[in-house]
Amino acid sequence: MCLALPARVVELHDDAMATVSLEGVRKRISLALVDDIVIGDFVLIHVGYALHKVSPDEAERTLAMMAEAGVLAGEIEEMAS
Amino acid sequence: MKYVTEYRDAGLAKTVAGAIVREADAGRQYHFMEFCGGHTHAIFRYGVQDLMPKNVHFVHGPGCPVCVLPVNRIDDAVELAERHGVILCSYGDMMRVPGTKQRSLIRAKADGADIRLVYSTLDALKIARENPDRQVVFFAIGFETTTPPSAVALKMAKAEGLANFTLFCNHVLTPPAIGHILESPEVRELGVVKIDGFLGPSHVSSVIGSDPYAWFAEEFRKPVVIAGFEPLDVMQSTLMLIRQVNEGRHEVENEYTRVVTRQGNLKAQTLVAEVFELRQSFEWRGLGTVPYSALRIREAFAEFDAEKRFALTPKQAREVKSCECPSILRGVKKPTDCKLFGTTCTPENPIGSCMVSSEGACAAYWTYGRFRDGQPRVAEAAE
Ligand code: SF4
Repeated sequence: MCLALPARVVELHDDAMATVSLEGVRKRISLALVDDIVIGDFVLIHVGYALHKVSPDEAERTLAMMAEAGVLAGEIEEMAS
Repeated sequence: MKYVTEYRDAGLAKTVAGAIVREADAGRQYHFMEFCGGHTHAIFRYGVQDLMPKNVHFVHGPGCPVCVLPVNRIDDAVELAERHGVILCSYGDMMRVPGTKQRSLIRAKADGADIRLVYSTLDALKIARENPDRQVVFFAIGFETTTPPSAVALKMAKAEGLANFTLFCNHVLTPPAIGHILESPEVRELGVVKIDGFLGPSHVSSVIGSDPYAWFAEEFRKPVVIAGFEPLDVMQSTLMLIRQVNEGRHEVENEYTRVVTRQGNLKAQTLVAEVFELRQSFEWRGLGTVPYSALRIREAFAEFDAEKRFALTPKQAREVKSCECPSILRGVKKPTDCKLFGTTCTPENPIGSCMVSSEGACAAYWTYGRFRDGQPRVAEAAE
């Protein structure tokens, strides 16, 4: 639960919601906790909310580390469910 | 070095490890507490301890939200589902945490209680909208990262007039818990827990910022370095702590500048302050009663407070006596000091909370086999 995944914003919706995409998985998340997000931004997703914006480099590093640790697949599955 | 050589920045890891070996004063012992379960996990998963010289020690702290929730509150959640017949929505990690008599949410669910695993507070709101004739309770747990999502959910419930939704608030705060550990007799008088500095939390700090740590760096004269969750972050932060100790400094430093600022996420903080207020005291599993260490729902949102809507019976919680979680969470003991570790108590059949979450110290010891004898120490290899 403490893990957080960086994902790319691919669509913006009403009510501060957005769709993010990660490894082909799309998920609706809330942007209620962040400001000024545009399509293409990377955000750190934690329990269905964007916690803050991250740089693309940072996103890539974190994802590589999580894939290495073998936790990425499980987290994506949890996010997708 | 297995895990680290596999890691793509192995070269950099070696450089940092080399600097640690060079700069750590051989005549000194360094004990650093990683408050956060995420760091405990990274340290074990990547064998960071193996890259450290023998005199640099990690003390595992209580920063796993699942591990510190007292048995009472789990029993309360079970009661909500069983006696009050609500739909209880919970994050997955909570499901297997044993309450009194090993009764967990998952067992209650197997016995017919309507308990649903959700990924987000948004899912809990959806369940409430879809079941207008049922009471839906969200079992809210966690530190400063899960609190803003709870605040948003309460604001949405109020805006929509979602009358069948309530939140059972168990949100806790990081800085008071760290202060409490430093004030404990184990650290202050008895000296059984030695702490020379802290690795500060990553994501928690992204919300609250680095400023809240300033008072205890000052008050207790202990350095704090806010550290990212990558193994390299942990190593770099450890090096920064060693330097502070060597130079007699006790400051708040931020290794994780790519995410954490001094002020943190002000939008999230504002939302939390609007919905929640401090509780005078809250019980933590392992730490006991910690003043001003948790949040409750403000009067303005009282109609969405599960503790107000449902009359919960006072409980005499019983923990398994031989479970050493309380000592482990305070850094007094190690999982291997527990008689039940790996025999009666395993991740498949957890007796205590520290074995449930992957961020708990017992689960990390078990999963990565750090308890086995003859673990190679490779600090030399890092030189
Ligand atoms: S091994 Fe199990 S019983 Fe022993 S301290 Fe850890 S969680 Fe408690």
